[in-house]
Amino acid sequence: MKELFLQHAFLITTAVKCGLLLFIVLTVLAYLTWFERKMIAHMQSRWGPYRVGPHGLLQPAADGLKFLFKEDPTPAGVDRLVYFLAPALSLALGLTTLAVIPFGPEPIRIFGYETHLGIADLNIGLLVLFAISALGVYGIALGGWASNSKYSLLGGLRSSAQMISYELALTLSVVGVLLLAGSFSLRDIITAQEGRMLWGILPRWNILAGPAPQILGFLCYFVAAVAETNRAPFDLAEAESELVAGFHTEYASFKFAMFFMGEYANMIAVSCLATIMFFGGWISPFPTTPAWAWTYFLPSVLLAGFGLFVIWDGVHYETLFGKLVLPGVGAALCGLGALFALVPPVTSYIQGPFWFLTKVFVFLFIYVWARATLPRLRYDQLMSFGWKLLLPVSIANVVLTSLAILKWGGQ
Amino acid sequence: MTPHLMLFFVLAALAVGGAVSLIVASHPIRSALALIVVMVALAGLYLLLGAEFVAAVQIIVYAGAIMVLFVFVIMLLNAGEEERTNVSRLAGTAGIPLAVALAGFLAAAVARSTPVTATGAAAQGAASTRALANLLFREFVYPFELTSFLILVAILGALVLAQREK
Repeated sequence: MKELFLQHAFLITTAVKCGLLLFIVLTVLAYLTWFERKMIAHMQSRWGPYRVGPHGLLQPAADGLKFLFKEDPTPAGVDRLVYFLAPALSLALGLTTLAVIPFGPEPIRIFGYETHLGIADLNIGLLVLFAISALGVYGIALGGWASNSKYSLLGGLRSSAQMISYELALTLSVVGVLLLAGSFSLRDIITAQEGRMLWGILPRWNILAGPAPQILGFLCYFVAAVAETNRAPFDLAEAESELVAGFHTEYASFKFAMFFMGEYANMIAVSCLATIMFFGGWISPFPTTPAWAWTYFLPSVLLAGFGLFVIWDGVHYETLFGKLVLPGVGAALCGLGALFALVPPVTSYIQGPFWFLTKVFVFLFIYVWARATLPRLRYDQLMSFGWKLLLPVSIANVVLTSLAILKWGGQ
Repeated sequence: MTPHLMLFFVLAALAVGGAVSLIVASHPIRSALALIVVMVALAGLYLLLGAEFVAAVQIIVYAGAIMVLFVFVIMLLNAGEEERTNVSRLAGTAGIPLAVALAGFLAAAVARSTPVTATGAAAQGAASTRALANLLFREFVYPFELTSFLILVAILGALVLAQREK
């Protein structure tokens, strides 16, 4: 058993990691839709999904079943190959981007074989990410073209023009980070941000750290990335007030769901990348000195606190189902919190992934927040914003960062 | 057969198949898609040779930017199926001997070349990102800057042509 494992350790661990990541990501994608609907609803003084399960928690499962069993008509006159290829491409590329993301610093040891969190640790990780997301436009553009419908075609055209325009700003906005880190490897980019500055008050994340704080770079990156993922306020490719549903008008059932999941996977990838490049990845915002050792228990405190709240809420829930399920979920969360606090190796191991995922979650929240708050841009505004503001600012950021590194020295 | 060699043959078959279907396909979008397959397969070949940076840039620039523009223009002009015409007489008489000659030259070059593994290992050093940057910005900095100047001239020319209508 042990020999067999060690012989094929790389293959086995990679396959297991792929399966595990796929399972986790697909679940997270499903609950991201729930989170988004719930958040937007509360920001607009509504309740959001409430009927299926307590607090609508089973809504994603119901949606999934609906997508699977709905009729899937193919419109007349479509280019069949491209029509079927487009949603698959969209989902596959969206999920592939997540393969190069490192989720934590410490390796896991199985029988003495070390394996890192995250599937592939490439020395050109950032470039691979950009290469895959650069191909992502085809899913949308081809889907719009192949549907043989004017709304879809207009949506596809808009999206390809938008993605060509914003990709330049997106790529240039990260050059500053690359200059500071001196590497394309995502792991190296994170480790280059370790340490403290200003007498140990602030972490040395790229967004703050000298010689060149990447504030401009981050703003350019995030705006361009929201545009690249076709999310509000840049969702002109599926502007429902003008184009019915844009590029996916003619798609139903699971093919629509594939577009949907591809978009959400891209959102997660963009949030991960923002975390890695500008906010220190898995590095905790608190110092590592003994006086701050209590921050190691923050994950447990947060989990257990949330679990207690869920129990309290469940006891007061209207339906019997909720009265039974919610306290159970709360107890499970409390148990997880206790596990994180009481087993020392686990406590230290989850620090990296905890901070990483927390930061990613913040960016996902900002995505939802922007969608609930900002009105959609007009098409000419979108183009002039991208070319006349975002691109020059990101080029200026490259020049300023280079000058700062030349003057005060980089890594 | 090593995994490297197997991967090489898979990628080569993809590239050649993509190139053939690029010519054979009747619809411009299908041709563009076939060209994207060729580009991605070429990027894979660069990766096999240890040139990661070139491979990534190949996908980002060619498959991700230039081909998006191609697809965009084809979609914008709403280009339909191509019509088949008879093969021109020039292509029939001059093309086939030339194709045979090219195939002969290629076969001779391949037959005389050294084994792939040796050149692959040698290329690894020269093709890393750092080495490439050193070549571009130290040794060949003047030709490099001159090329960017050429591109700038081309952009200005396109701008002038586009503005002439007004």
